[in-house]
Amino acid sequence: MIHDLIAIVDEYWLLLLIGQYPNGPLGGLANTLILSALSIAIAFPFAILLAFARLSKYRILRWPVTVLVYVTRGVPLLMLVLWSYFLVPLLTGADVPSFLTMLTTLVVYQGAFLSEIIRAGIVALGQGQMDAARALGHSYLSAMRYVILPQALYNMIPSMLSTFVATIKDTTLGYVINVPDLTFAASQVNNQLLTQPFQVFLILALTYYVICWSLTWLTNVVERRITRRRAGLVAPKRRGQLPISLTPNATEQP
Amino acid sequence: MTGFELAAILGNPEYVAMLVHGIEMTFIIAVCSWTLAMTLAVILLAIRFSPGRIGNAVVAAYVSYHRNVPTLVQLMLWYFGIYTILPSGLSDWLSAHSAEMIFAVVGLGLCQAAYFSEDLRSGLRSVNPGQMEAARALGHGYLSAMRFVLIPQGVRNALPALVNHSVSLFKNSSLAIVIGAPELTHAVKEIENLSFRTFEIYLIGTVLYLFFSLLIMAAGAYLTWRADPANGARR
Repeated sequence: MIHDLIAIVDEYWLLLLIGQYPNGPLGGLANTLILSALSIAIAFPFAILLAFARLSKYRILRWPVTVLVYVTRGVPLLMLVLWSYFLVPLLTGADVPSFLTMLTTLVVYQGAFLSEIIRAGIVALGQGQMDAARALGHSYLSAMRYVILPQALYNMIPSMLSTFVATIKDTTLGYVINVPDLTFAASQVNNQLLTQPFQVFLILALTYYVICWSLTWLTNVVERRITRRRAGLVAPKRRGQLPISLTPNATEQP
Repeated sequence: MTGFELAAILGNPEYVAMLVHGIEMTFIIAVCSWTLAMTLAVILLAIRFSPGRIGNAVVAAYVSYHRNVPTLVQLMLWYFGIYTILPSGLSDWLSAHSAEMIFAVVGLGLCQAAYFSEDLRSGLRSVNPGQMEAARALGHGYLSAMRFVLIPQGVRNALPALVNHSVSLFKNSSLAIVIGAPELTHAVKEIENLSFRTFEIYLIGTVLYLFFSLLIMAAGAYLTWRADPANGARR
Protein backbone atom coordinates (compact mmCIF):
# COMPACT_ATOMS: atom_id res chain seq x y z
CA MET A 1 0.00 0.00 0.00
CA ILE A 2 2.65 2.53 1.08
CA HIS A 3 4.85 1.16 -1.66
CA ASP A 4 2.08 1.95 -4.18
CA LEU A 5 1.75 5.50 -2.87
CA ILE A 6 5.51 6.09 -3.15
CA ALA A 7 5.57 4.59 -6.64
CA ILE A 8 2.78 6.89 -7.85
CA VAL A 9 4.35 9.98 -6.29
CA ASP A 10 7.73 8.99 -7.73
CA GLU A 11 6.35 8.67 -11.23
CA TYR A 12 3.93 11.61 -11.34
CA TRP A 13 5.35 14.19 -8.92
CA LEU A 14 6.14 16.66 -11.71
CA LEU A 15 2.59 16.47 -13.08
CA LEU A 16 1.06 16.87 -9.62
CA LEU A 17 3.40 19.69 -8.63
CA ILE A 18 3.65 21.98 -11.66
CA GLY A 19 1.78 20.17 -14.42
CA GLN A 20 3.60 19.50 -17.67
CA TYR A 21 5.54 22.71 -17.20
CA PRO A 22 8.56 22.31 -19.51
CA ASN A 23 6.30 21.46 -22.45
CA GLY A 24 2.75 22.28 -21.53
CA PRO A 25 0.98 24.93 -19.46
CA LEU A 26 1.35 25.29 -15.71
CA GLY A 27 -0.86 23.05 -13.64
CA GLY A 28 -1.13 20.88 -10.54
CA LEU A 29 -0.33 22.26 -7.13
CA ALA A 30 1.26 25.38 -8.66
CA ASN A 31 -2.07 26.41 -10.17
CA THR A 32 -3.95 25.70 -6.96
CA LEU A 33 -1.63 27.92 -4.94
CA ILE A 34 -1.45 30.72 -7.55
CA LEU A 35 -5.23 30.68 -7.91
CA SER A 36 -5.87 30.92 -4.17
CA ALA A 37 -3.18 33.57 -3.58
CA LEU A 38 -4.39 35.72 -6.48
CA SER A 39 -8.04 35.42 -5.52
CA ILE A 40 -7.41 36.42 -1.90
CA ALA A 41 -5.18 39.32 -3.04
CA ILE A 42 -7.90 40.68 -5.33
CA ALA A 43 -10.82 39.77 -3.08
CA PHE A 44 -9.40 41.67 -0.12
CA PRO A 45 -9.60 45.26 -1.51
CA PHE A 46 -12.89 44.30 -3.14
CA ALA A 47 -14.21 43.16 0.24
CA ILE A 48 -13.16 46.44 1.90
CA LEU A 49 -15.13 48.34 -0.76
CA LEU A 50 -18.15 46.08 -0.20
CA ALA A 51 -17.92 46.56 3.58
CA PHE A 52 -17.77 50.36 3.16
CA ALA A 53 -20.76 50.24 0.86
CA ARG A 54 -22.75 48.19 3.36
CA LEU A 55 -21.86 50.60 6.17
CA SER A 56 -22.63 53.70 4.15
CA LYS A 57 -25.64 55.85 4.94
CA TYR A 58 -26.78 55.95 1.32
CA ARG A 59 -29.37 53.34 0.43
CA ILE A 60 -28.33 53.32 -3.20
CA LEU A 61 -24.94 51.97 -2.15
CA ARG A 62 -26.14 49.79 0.70
CA TRP A 63 -28.94 47.84 -0.92
CA PRO A 64 -27.32 46.39 -4.05
CA VAL A 65 -24.31 45.26 -2.02
CA THR A 66 -26.54 43.68 0.64
CA VAL A 67 -28.38 41.76 -2.09
CA LEU A 68 -25.06 40.69 -3.63
CA VAL A 69 -23.73 39.45 -0.29
CA TYR A 70 -26.93 37.59 0.59
CA VAL A 71 -27.17 35.93 -2.82
CA THR A 72 -23.51 34.94 -2.80
CA ARG A 73 -23.75 33.47 0.67
CA GLY A 74 -27.05 31.70 0.06
CA VAL A 75 -26.08 29.93 -3.16
CA PRO A 76 -23.64 27.01 -3.44
CA LEU A 77 -20.26 27.97 -4.86
CA LEU A 78 -20.76 25.30 -7.53
CA MET A 79 -23.78 27.22 -8.83
CA LEU A 80 -21.71 30.42 -9.00
CA VAL A 81 -18.96 28.56 -10.85
CA LEU A 82 -21.48 27.38 -13.42
CA TRP A 83 -22.87 30.92 -13.69
CA SER A 84 -19.50 32.48 -14.41
CA TYR A 85 -18.64 29.63 -16.77
CA PHE A 86 -21.18 30.96 -19.23
CA LEU A 87 -21.52 34.58 -18.07
CA VAL A 88 -17.85 35.63 -18.16
CA PRO A 89 -17.30 34.67 -21.83
CA LEU A 90 -20.67 36.23 -22.67
CA LEU A 91 -19.76 39.56 -21.03
CA THR A 92 -16.19 39.77 -22.30
CA GLY A 93 -17.04 38.32 -25.69
CA ALA A 94 -13.81 36.33 -25.79
CA ASP A 95 -12.67 32.81 -25.08
CA VAL A 96 -11.69 33.19 -21.42
CA PRO A 97 -9.46 30.48 -19.91
CA SER A 98 -11.16 28.51 -17.16
CA PHE A 99 -8.45 29.68 -14.74
CA LEU A 100 -9.62 33.31 -15.08
CA THR A 101 -13.26 32.26 -14.86
CA MET A 102 -12.58 30.48 -11.58
CA LEU A 103 -10.57 33.47 -10.35
CA THR A 104 -13.54 35.78 -10.99
CA THR A 105 -15.89 33.45 -9.14
CA LEU A 106 -13.59 33.12 -6.16
CA VAL A 107 -13.06 36.89 -5.97
CA VAL A 108 -16.80 37.53 -5.82
CA TYR A 109 -17.48 34.64 -3.43
CA GLN A 110 -14.61 35.27 -1.02
CA GLY A 111 -15.15 39.02 -1.35
CA ALA A 112 -18.69 38.62 -0.04
CA PHE A 113 -17.53 36.45 2.87
CA LEU A 114 -14.57 38.69 3.71
CA SER A 115 -16.73 41.81 3.55
CA GLU A 116 -18.97 40.34 6.25
CA ILE A 117 -15.89 39.67 8.41
CA ILE A 118 -14.58 43.21 7.85
CA ARG A 119 -17.97 44.77 8.48
CA ALA A 120 -18.35 42.81 11.71
CA GLY A 121 -14.85 43.91 12.76
CA ILE A 122 -15.64 47.58 12.10
CA VAL A 123 -19.01 47.37 13.85
CA ALA A 124 -17.42 45.59 16.82
CA LEU A 125 -15.05 48.54 17.36
CA GLY A 126 -18.02 50.68 18.30
CA GLN A 127 -19.05 54.17 17.40
CA GLY A 128 -16.81 55.68 20.10
CA GLN A 129 -13.59 55.34 18.08
CA MET A 130 -15.13 57.05 15.08
CA ASP A 131 -16.62 59.83 17.24
CA ALA A 132 -13.29 60.41 18.96
CA ALA A 133 -11.42 60.52 15.65
CA ARG A 134 -13.95 62.93 14.17
CA ALA A 135 -13.70 65.09 17.29
CA LEU A 136 -9.93 65.26 16.82
CA GLY A 137 -10.46 66.72 13.37
CA HIS A 138 -10.18 63.63 11.15
CA SER A 139 -12.50 63.47 8.18
CA TYR A 140 -14.59 60.30 7.71
CA LEU A 141 -12.13 58.73 5.27
CA SER A 142 -9.09 59.80 7.23
CA ALA A 143 -10.59 58.41 10.45
CA MET A 144 -11.26 55.13 8.65
CA ARG A 145 -7.74 55.07 7.22
CA TYR A 146 -5.80 55.94 10.40
CA VAL A 147 -8.04 54.88 13.29
CA ILE A 148 -10.72 52.33 12.44
CA LEU A 149 -9.21 50.11 9.74
CA PRO A 150 -5.83 49.46 11.41
CA GLN A 151 -7.54 48.24 14.58
CA ALA A 152 -10.29 46.33 12.80
CA LEU A 153 -7.94 44.60 10.34
CA TYR A 154 -5.52 43.70 13.09
CA ASN A 155 -8.29 42.00 15.06
CA MET A 156 -9.46 40.17 11.96
CA ILE A 157 -6.17 38.51 10.99
CA PRO A 158 -7.21 35.06 12.35
CA SER A 159 -10.52 35.03 10.46
CA MET A 160 -8.68 36.20 7.35
CA LEU A 161 -6.24 33.32 7.59
CA SER A 162 -9.08 30.84 7.95
CA THR A 163 -10.69 32.41 4.88
CA PHE A 164 -7.41 31.67 3.11
CA VAL A 165 -7.70 28.01 4.08
CA ALA A 166 -11.29 28.04 2.84
CA THR A 167 -10.11 29.56 -0.46
CA ILE A 168 -7.60 26.78 -1.02
CA LYS A 169 -10.35 24.26 -0.36
CA ASP A 170 -12.74 26.12 -2.68
CA THR A 171 -10.33 26.07 -5.63
CA THR A 172 -11.10 22.34 -5.97
CA LEU A 173 -14.48 23.26 -7.45
CA GLY A 174 -12.64 24.44 -10.55
CA TYR A 175 -12.55 20.73 -11.34
CA VAL A 176 -16.11 21.06 -12.66
CA ILE A 177 -15.04 23.57 -15.34
CA ASN A 178 -11.64 21.93 -15.98
CA VAL A 179 -9.31 24.36 -14.23
CA PRO A 180 -5.93 22.57 -14.46
CA ASP A 181 -5.31 22.53 -10.69
CA LEU A 182 -4.22 19.80 -8.30
CA THR A 183 -7.55 17.95 -8.34
CA PHE A 184 -7.54 18.00 -12.13
CA ALA A 185 -3.94 16.74 -12.24
CA ALA A 186 -4.82 13.91 -9.86
CA SER A 187 -7.78 12.85 -11.97
CA GLN A 188 -5.46 12.88 -15.02
CA VAL A 189 -3.05 10.62 -13.16
CA ASN A 190 -6.00 8.41 -12.26
CA ASN A 191 -7.05 8.21 -15.92
CA GLN A 192 -3.53 7.18 -16.93
CA LEU A 193 -3.19 4.54 -14.21
CA LEU A 194 -6.78 3.26 -14.06
CA THR A 195 -5.80 0.51 -11.60
CA GLN A 196 -5.20 2.40 -8.34
CA PRO A 197 -7.89 5.06 -7.89
CA PHE A 198 -7.85 4.77 -4.11
CA GLN A 199 -4.12 5.45 -3.86
CA VAL A 200 -4.30 8.43 -6.25
CA PHE A 201 -7.14 10.13 -4.41
CA LEU A 202 -5.54 9.37 -1.07
CA ILE A 203 -2.42 11.24 -2.24
CA LEU A 204 -4.67 14.10 -3.33
CA ALA A 205 -6.41 14.27 0.04
CA LEU A 206 -3.13 14.05 1.97
CA THR A 207 -1.58 16.87 -0.10
CA TYR A 208 -4.49 19.17 0.64
CA TYR A 209 -4.35 18.10 4.27
CA VAL A 210 -0.68 19.05 4.64
CA ILE A 211 -1.15 22.48 3.05
CA CYS A 212 -4.33 23.41 4.88
CA TRP A 213 -3.13 21.99 8.18
CA SER A 214 0.01 24.11 8.10
CA LEU A 215 -2.09 27.21 7.44
CA THR A 216 -4.47 26.28 10.26
CA TRP A 217 -1.46 25.87 12.54
CA LEU A 218 -0.21 29.32 11.49
CA THR A 219 -3.67 30.74 12.24
CA ASN A 220 -3.56 29.30 15.74
CA VAL A 221 -0.08 30.72 16.39
CA VAL A 222 -1.09 34.16 15.15
CA GLU A 223 -4.31 34.06 17.16
CA ARG A 224 -2.41 33.19 20.33
CA ARG A 225 0.04 36.05 19.75
CA ILE A 226 -2.77 38.51 19.16
CA THR A 227 -4.51 37.40 22.35
CA ARG A 228 -1.27 37.82 24.28
CA ARG A 229 -0.68 41.23 22.78
CA ARG A 230 -4.21 42.34 23.59
CA ALA A 231 -3.66 41.20 27.17
CA GLY A 232 -0.64 43.51 27.25
CA LEU A 233 1.93 40.74 27.65
CA VAL A 234 3.80 41.78 24.49
CA ALA A 235 4.09 45.39 23.40
CA PRO A 236 3.31 46.16 19.76
CA LYS A 237 6.04 47.62 17.54
CA ARG A 238 5.10 50.70 15.58
CA ARG A 239 6.88 52.19 12.64
CA GLY A 240 8.96 55.26 13.45
CA GLN A 241 8.68 54.67 17.16
CA LEU A 242 10.95 53.10 19.69
CA PRO A 243 9.70 49.67 20.71
CA ILE A 244 7.92 50.04 24.02
CA SER A 245 9.11 47.31 26.28
CA LEU A 246 7.61 46.28 29.56
CA THR A 247 11.02 45.23 30.88
CA PRO A 248 12.79 47.63 33.29
CA ASN A 249 15.84 48.31 31.13
CA ALA A 250 13.83 49.52 28.16
CA THR A 251 15.70 52.81 28.18
CA GLU A 252 18.92 51.07 27.18
CA GLN A 253 17.53 50.06 23.81
CA PRO A 254 18.67 52.14 20.84
CA MET B 1 -31.66 31.61 -29.14
CA THR B 2 -34.53 34.01 -28.61
CA GLY B 3 -35.11 36.32 -25.68
CA PHE B 4 -35.44 35.60 -22.02
CA GLU B 5 -38.45 33.34 -21.35
CA LEU B 6 -38.93 31.60 -18.03
CA ALA B 7 -42.05 29.99 -19.49
CA ALA B 8 -39.85 27.90 -21.79
CA ILE B 9 -38.77 25.97 -18.70
CA LEU B 10 -41.64 26.40 -16.26
CA GLY B 11 -44.28 25.76 -18.92
CA ASN B 12 -42.79 22.39 -19.75
CA PRO B 13 -44.14 19.68 -17.41
CA GLU B 14 -41.17 17.43 -18.16
CA TYR B 15 -38.63 20.00 -16.99
CA VAL B 16 -40.70 20.88 -13.95
CA ALA B 17 -40.85 17.20 -13.00
CA MET B 18 -37.05 16.99 -13.34
CA LEU B 19 -36.61 20.05 -11.12
CA VAL B 20 -38.98 18.67 -8.49
CA HIS B 21 -37.12 15.35 -8.51
CA GLY B 22 -33.83 17.25 -8.11
CA ILE B 23 -35.16 19.19 -5.14
CA GLU B 24 -36.43 15.96 -3.59
CA MET B 25 -33.02 14.28 -3.98
CA THR B 26 -31.19 17.35 -2.63
CA PHE B 27 -33.39 17.27 0.44
CA ILE B 28 -32.92 13.52 0.90
CA ILE B 29 -29.14 13.99 0.78
CA ALA B 30 -29.24 17.02 3.07
CA VAL B 31 -31.59 15.54 5.68
CA CYS B 32 -29.92 12.10 5.78
CA SER B 33 -26.41 13.53 6.02
CA TRP B 34 -27.57 16.06 8.63
CA THR B 35 -28.95 13.24 10.77
CA LEU B 36 -25.80 11.17 10.30
CA ALA B 37 -23.60 14.18 11.08
CA MET B 38 -25.50 15.09 14.24
CA THR B 39 -25.50 11.53 15.58
CA LEU B 40 -21.80 11.17 14.91
CA ALA B 41 -21.07 14.62 16.36
CA VAL B 42 -22.71 13.67 19.66
CA ILE B 43 -20.68 10.43 19.77
CA LEU B 44 -17.45 12.33 18.99
CA LEU B 45 -18.30 14.85 21.67
CA ALA B 46 -18.93 12.11 24.23
CA ILE B 47 -15.48 10.64 23.44
CA ARG B 48 -13.90 14.10 23.67
CA PHE B 49 -15.38 14.74 27.10
CA SER B 50 -14.62 11.30 28.51
CA PRO B 51 -11.24 10.66 30.13
CA GLY B 52 -8.59 8.77 28.17
CA ARG B 53 -6.01 10.18 25.81
CA ILE B 54 -6.32 7.74 22.91
CA GLY B 55 -9.98 8.46 22.19
CA ASN B 56 -9.28 12.17 22.44
CA ALA B 57 -6.40 11.98 19.97
CA VAL B 58 -8.47 9.90 17.54
CA VAL B 59 -11.29 12.45 17.60
CA ALA B 60 -8.82 15.31 17.18
CA ALA B 61 -7.31 13.58 14.16
CA TYR B 62 -10.78 12.93 12.71
CA VAL B 63 -11.80 16.56 13.09
CA SER B 64 -8.48 17.81 11.73
CA TYR B 65 -8.74 15.59 8.63
CA HIS B 66 -12.29 16.60 7.82
CA ARG B 67 -11.67 20.29 8.34
CA ASN B 68 -8.48 20.46 6.28
CA VAL B 69 -9.39 18.38 3.24
CA PRO B 70 -11.80 19.90 0.70
CA THR B 71 -15.26 18.31 0.75
CA LEU B 72 -15.05 17.65 -2.98
CA VAL B 73 -11.84 15.66 -2.53
CA GLN B 74 -13.43 13.69 0.31
CA LEU B 75 -16.37 12.78 -1.91
CA MET B 76 -13.99 11.78 -4.72
CA LEU B 77 -11.96 9.66 -2.32
CA TRP B 78 -15.15 7.89 -1.21
CA TYR B 79 -16.70 7.33 -4.60
CA PHE B 80 -13.70 6.83 -6.89
CA GLY B 81 -11.36 5.40 -4.26
CA ILE B 82 -12.93 3.54 -1.36
CA TYR B 83 -15.84 2.23 -3.45
CA THR B 84 -13.34 0.33 -5.65
CA ILE B 85 -11.48 -1.40 -2.81
CA LEU B 86 -14.59 -2.58 -0.96
CA PRO B 87 -15.22 -6.35 -0.93
CA SER B 88 -17.13 -7.33 -4.05
CA GLY B 89 -20.31 -8.39 -2.23
CA LEU B 90 -20.64 -4.99 -0.59
CA SER B 91 -19.84 -3.00 -3.73
CA ASP B 92 -22.35 -5.08 -5.74
CA TRP B 93 -25.01 -4.33 -3.17
CA LEU B 94 -24.07 -0.63 -3.28
CA SER B 95 -24.20 -0.40 -7.06
CA ALA B 96 -27.64 -2.00 -6.98
CA HIS B 97 -28.83 0.57 -4.43
CA SER B 98 -27.79 3.92 -6.03
CA ALA B 99 -24.26 4.04 -4.66
CA GLU B 100 -23.76 7.72 -5.55
CA MET B 101 -26.57 8.78 -3.21
CA ILE B 102 -25.23 6.62 -0.39
CA PHE B 103 -21.68 7.88 -0.82
CA ALA B 104 -22.89 11.48 -1.03
CA VAL B 105 -24.73 11.05 2.27
CA VAL B 106 -21.80 9.27 3.92
CA GLY B 107 -19.15 11.70 2.64
CA LEU B 108 -21.08 14.85 3.50
CA GLY B 109 -22.29 13.44 6.81
CA LEU B 110 -18.84 12.37 8.03
CA CYS B 111 -17.38 15.71 6.96
CA GLN B 112 -20.09 17.79 8.61
CA ALA B 113 -19.90 15.73 11.82
CA ALA B 114 -16.47 17.25 12.45
CA TYR B 115 -17.88 20.78 12.19
CA PHE B 116 -20.96 20.00 14.29
CA SER B 117 -18.92 18.37 17.05
CA GLU B 118 -16.59 21.38 17.17
CA ASP B 119 -19.61 23.74 17.34
CA LEU B 120 -21.15 21.75 20.17
CA ARG B 121 -17.83 21.54 21.98
CA SER B 122 -17.21 25.26 21.87
CA GLY B 123 -20.82 25.82 22.92
CA LEU B 124 -20.36 23.56 25.95
CA ARG B 125 -16.97 25.04 26.80
CA SER B 126 -18.42 28.54 26.85
CA VAL B 127 -20.75 27.55 29.68
CA ASN B 128 -19.28 28.80 32.93
CA PRO B 129 -17.60 25.89 34.84
CA GLY B 130 -19.31 27.24 37.95
CA GLN B 131 -22.56 25.89 36.53
CA MET B 132 -21.25 22.34 36.82
CA GLU B 133 -19.99 22.92 40.34
CA ALA B 134 -23.30 24.47 41.36
CA ALA B 135 -25.25 21.58 39.84
CA ARG B 136 -23.06 19.04 41.62
CA ALA B 137 -23.43 20.98 44.88
CA LEU B 138 -27.21 20.77 44.48
CA GLY B 139 -26.95 16.98 44.40
CA HIS B 140 -26.94 16.27 40.64
CA GLY B 141 -24.75 13.40 39.46
CA TYR B 142 -22.32 14.12 36.58
CA LEU B 143 -24.70 12.80 33.91
CA SER B 144 -27.73 14.43 35.44
CA ALA B 145 -25.90 17.76 35.71
CA MET B 146 -24.89 17.45 32.06
CA ARG B 147 -28.42 16.54 31.01
CA PHE B 148 -30.32 19.22 32.91
CA VAL B 149 -27.85 22.07 33.36
CA LEU B 150 -24.86 22.03 31.02
CA ILE B 151 -26.22 20.64 27.75
CA PRO B 152 -29.26 22.94 27.45
CA GLN B 153 -27.04 26.01 27.90
CA GLY B 154 -24.29 24.64 25.67
CA VAL B 155 -26.64 23.81 22.81
CA ARG B 156 -28.19 27.26 23.15
CA ASN B 157 -24.72 28.82 22.81
CA ALA B 158 -23.90 26.61 19.84
CA LEU B 159 -27.17 27.26 17.95
CA PRO B 160 -25.99 30.09 15.63
CA ALA B 161 -22.94 28.10 14.53
CA LEU B 162 -25.03 24.94 14.07
CA VAL B 163 -27.49 26.84 11.86
CA ASN B 164 -24.63 28.27 9.77
CA HIS B 165 -23.16 24.85 9.24
CA SER B 166 -26.56 23.35 8.45
CA VAL B 167 -26.92 25.91 5.67
CA SER B 168 -23.46 25.08 4.38
CA LEU B 169 -24.33 21.37 4.49
CA PHE B 170 -27.37 22.12 2.34
CA LYS B 171 -25.19 24.11 -0.07
CA ASN B 172 -22.49 21.43 -0.11
CA SER B 173 -25.05 18.85 -1.22
CA SER B 174 -24.58 20.40 -4.68
CA LEU B 175 -21.07 18.86 -4.74
CA ALA B 176 -22.71 15.45 -5.09
CA ILE B 177 -23.05 16.21 -8.82
CA VAL B 178 -19.35 15.35 -9.18
CA ILE B 179 -20.00 11.76 -8.18
CA GLY B 180 -23.19 11.69 -10.25
CA ALA B 181 -25.94 11.90 -7.66
CA PRO B 182 -29.17 13.12 -9.31
CA GLU B 183 -29.71 16.23 -7.13
CA LEU B 184 -30.81 19.76 -7.98
CA THR B 185 -27.62 20.95 -9.71
CA HIS B 186 -27.63 17.74 -11.71
CA ALA B 187 -31.23 18.41 -12.78
CA VAL B 188 -30.27 21.97 -13.73
CA LYS B 189 -27.39 20.74 -15.90
CA GLU B 190 -29.63 18.12 -17.53
CA ILE B 191 -32.33 20.65 -18.38
CA GLU B 192 -29.67 23.00 -19.73
CA ASN B 193 -28.44 20.25 -22.04
CA LEU B 194 -31.97 19.47 -23.20
CA SER B 195 -33.38 22.97 -23.61
CA PHE B 196 -30.32 25.20 -24.33
CA ARG B 197 -32.01 27.80 -22.10
CA THR B 198 -28.83 28.38 -20.07
CA PHE B 199 -29.68 31.73 -18.50
CA GLU B 200 -33.22 30.81 -17.52
CA ILE B 201 -32.46 27.45 -15.96
CA TYR B 202 -29.46 28.71 -13.98
CA LEU B 203 -31.59 31.57 -12.72
CA ILE B 204 -34.26 29.11 -11.59
CA GLY B 205 -31.68 26.88 -9.92
CA THR B 206 -30.03 29.81 -8.16
CA VAL B 207 -33.36 31.17 -6.91
CA LEU B 208 -34.33 27.72 -5.61
CA TYR B 209 -31.05 27.31 -3.71
CA LEU B 210 -31.27 30.86 -2.38
CA PHE B 211 -34.86 30.37 -1.29
CA PHE B 212 -34.14 27.18 0.65
CA SER B 213 -30.94 28.58 2.20
CA LEU B 214 -32.73 31.71 3.38
CA LEU B 215 -35.56 29.53 4.67
CA ILE B 216 -33.13 27.46 6.76
CA MET B 217 -31.42 30.65 7.98
CA ALA B 218 -34.78 32.16 8.96
CA ALA B 219 -35.86 28.98 10.75
CA GLY B 220 -32.53 28.96 12.58
CA ALA B 221 -32.87 32.61 13.53
CA TYR B 222 -36.37 31.91 14.89
CA LEU B 223 -35.08 28.90 16.82
CA THR B 224 -32.20 30.94 18.28
CA TRP B 225 -34.65 33.68 19.25
CA ARG B 226 -37.02 31.17 20.86
CA ALA B 227 -34.19 29.45 22.74
CA ASP B 228 -33.28 32.69 24.49
CA PRO B 229 -34.84 32.69 27.98
CA ALA B 230 -35.63 36.38 27.51
CA ASN B 231 -38.14 35.38 24.83
CA GLY B 232 -40.08 32.81 26.77
CA ALA B 233 -37.95 29.66 26.61
CA ARG B 234 -38.15 27.42 29.64
CA ARG B 235 -35.20 28.12 31.89
